[in-house]
Amino acid sequence: MPPKQSLEPSAGPPPRDVVAAIRGVSKVYSLGGHEVKALDNVSIEFRQGDYVAIMGSSGSGKSTLLNVLGCLDRPTTGQYYLAGQDVAVMDDETLSRIRGRYLGFIFQSYNLIQQLSVVENIEVPLSYQRPPMPGGRERCLKLAELVGLSKRLGHRPTELSGGQQQRVAIARALVNNPHVILADEPTGNLDTATSHEIMDLLDALNKAGRTIVMVTHENDIAERARRIVRLRDGRIESIAEVRREAIPVAGLTSSVNPG
Amino acid sequence: MKFLQQLRLGFRSLLLHKLRSALAVLGILIGVTAVIWLVAMGEGVSYQAQQQIKDLGATSIIVRSIKPAEESSRSDSNARMGISYGLLREDFERIITNVPTIGRAVPMREISREVRHREQFIDGMVIACTPDYFGMNRLKIARGRAISEIDMTSYANVVVLAHEAAVKLFPIEDPLGRAVQIGQEFYVIIGVAAERSAAAAIGGSLDARQYDRDVYIPLTTFRARIGDRVFTSRAGSFQLETVELTQITAVVDDMKEVDSTADIIRVLLQRYHKVVDYAIVVPKELLEQAETMRAMFNVLLLLIAGISLLVGGIGIMNIMLATVTERTREIGIRRALGATKGEIVQQFLWETVVLSGTGGLLGVLFGFLCGPTVNGVRFGVRASLPEVWAALPPNIRNLEPRLAPWSIIAAFAISVGVGIVFGIYPARRAANMDPIEALRHE
Repeated sequence: MPPKQSLEPSAGPPPRDVVAAIRGVSKVYSLGGHEVKALDNVSIEFRQGDYVAIMGSSGSGKSTLLNVLGCLDRPTTGQYYLAGQDVAVMDDETLSRIRGRYLGFIFQSYNLIQQLSVVENIEVPLSYQRPPMPGGRERCLKLAELVGLSKRLGHRPTELSGGQQQRVAIARALVNNPHVILADEPTGNLDTATSHEIMDLLDALNKAGRTIVMVTHENDIAERARRIVRLRDGRIESIAEVRREAIPVAGLTSSVNPG
Repeated sequence: MKFLQQLRLGFRSLLLHKLRSALAVLGILIGVTAVIWLVAMGEGVSYQAQQQIKDLGATSIIVRSIKPAEESSRSDSNARMGISYGLLREDFERIITNVPTIGRAVPMREISREVRHREQFIDGMVIACTPDYFGMNRLKIARGRAISEIDMTSYANVVVLAHEAAVKLFPIEDPLGRAVQIGQEFYVIIGVAAERSAAAAIGGSLDARQYDRDVYIPLTTFRARIGDRVFTSRAGSFQLETVELTQITAVVDDMKEVDSTADIIRVLLQRYHKVVDYAIVVPKELLEQAETMRAMFNVLLLLIAGISLLVGGIGIMNIMLATVTERTREIGIRRALGATKGEIVQQFLWETVVLSGTGGLLGVLFGFLCGPTVNGVRFGVRASLPEVWAALPPNIRNLEPRLAPWSIIAAFAISVGVGIVFGIYPARRAANMDPIEALRHE
């Protein structure tokens, strides 16, 4: 598999089928007068339906990259196009709106709100939609059914297993119909069997057209993606295509397809 | 809808820590209840005072004789003759002839005497007055009649009894037409006055006045039968005192003339009295003083209440800061899922408003219990500690708290305000957290 640098740094917004693109992004932290380059001139783009795994040792910059992609952190230099807009220069409030509208988050430790029930957790991103999304509650119920938790709508996160909690998180990441789903070590806290269940779910979502960017350090998890981006010392070391057999999952394609 | 959702979310977050939230609510509750109760008590006291002053008449001017200090008493009488002081009948004449703004004036002489009917007797207060006295003092006659002009001109030995005096002297019989003994003389009862509650001392200018041992006789009869010179016993020794009039009550036709009329009377009396053996009381001034007092009192109460609400507010802030720290992770999650800083501020402000608003509402509820509680305590003290009860001054015994609507509204509004003011800092602290750091928080 030859490494493929997908995009040369250039001006102007990317083509329409590119849902997210970063160009020449650097992130510099100063630690006690000492400058640390967490990201060094990174360029990468994600097309509609992409499935990318970001790998790298700790300190390679993969967390920083995910934070930048998640609009939780702004690059020191460079551009980040999301849904056709350069979000690298946006203020905090606009970034919050962008996160709420275009991104879905899945975390290693699920990050559900403890005092809310399953269905209320799925609903959280909807309360930050401006203007509000119509048909919110039905959408939540549908997604709960999709992730197999329609019988546990009223349960609290503490009453669920890790795998179930991650399913809730996945449903929550889908509820705002995001352009990109960002997953940070989604199976990091799960046993092997449950990890595979969760990955099957993500695979199915990608099959249905979802764009997924996932940070992982496990090779077998990364193999599920279509491309693997390896980072080292804040730079892209390689971008590799993964070839594998398609696994059809019945029923998912129609219900998850974005509008 | 959005509003209700926020309210519900606030309640649910607070219910996670029931005891902690309850304590914060308690702080505000006590503050709000304190405001309402204190204001209600204050209003009750000042209402009482105002009623009493109004009973005296807002257009009246009261001039009373006072005994001057020993050495400065009038020197025209020698020591064996006792002392002579106070208002003179001449003063009364001078006042009614020289002061045109006065509509009516009533002279009055009072003296403490035993009033007896067979075995029954009371330590009575003999009020010698003119027929006008009854109208001027809003003294109603329950049975029989009041003193008339004919009684005056004929020096009749007639008497009108106060309600309680009549009850004590005549527990069974009908007092009308019977006689009571005052000193050496007998007086025929022509009327019984209606019941009247005691008046408290007002602003130190007038003594507390109880009407229940009053007996009223014509002023002319008093002069003829008892006279100006009376023995009084004080501290074991008898003393001869010569007093012509105890009090002159003048009523001014026009409210606006009250102050100037009082000044004229003051000047007039000054000219003929070498020593100040009289005092001028102007109920209207008292009323104004009472108003000022009430305003000051209310400011003081609000200050106290403000302090207690401040303490409540600090309690709320303390709890919200703890909550924010505890829920750092939740804040991070919400920020990642699209909440703006403003929305986080809103969420936590709603929680403090729910806390303080709940405290406020409960406080108002407890505020309404002020009246029943005071009545309950009063009943309890009267039933179980009668001596203590008897020792209490009448304005405490008769205190009726009056709930002031403005205090209820103000207390509730201040409590919610306190919630917002003390909630802003923790809420802003929550909103200003770095979402990445917050998500990593354990």
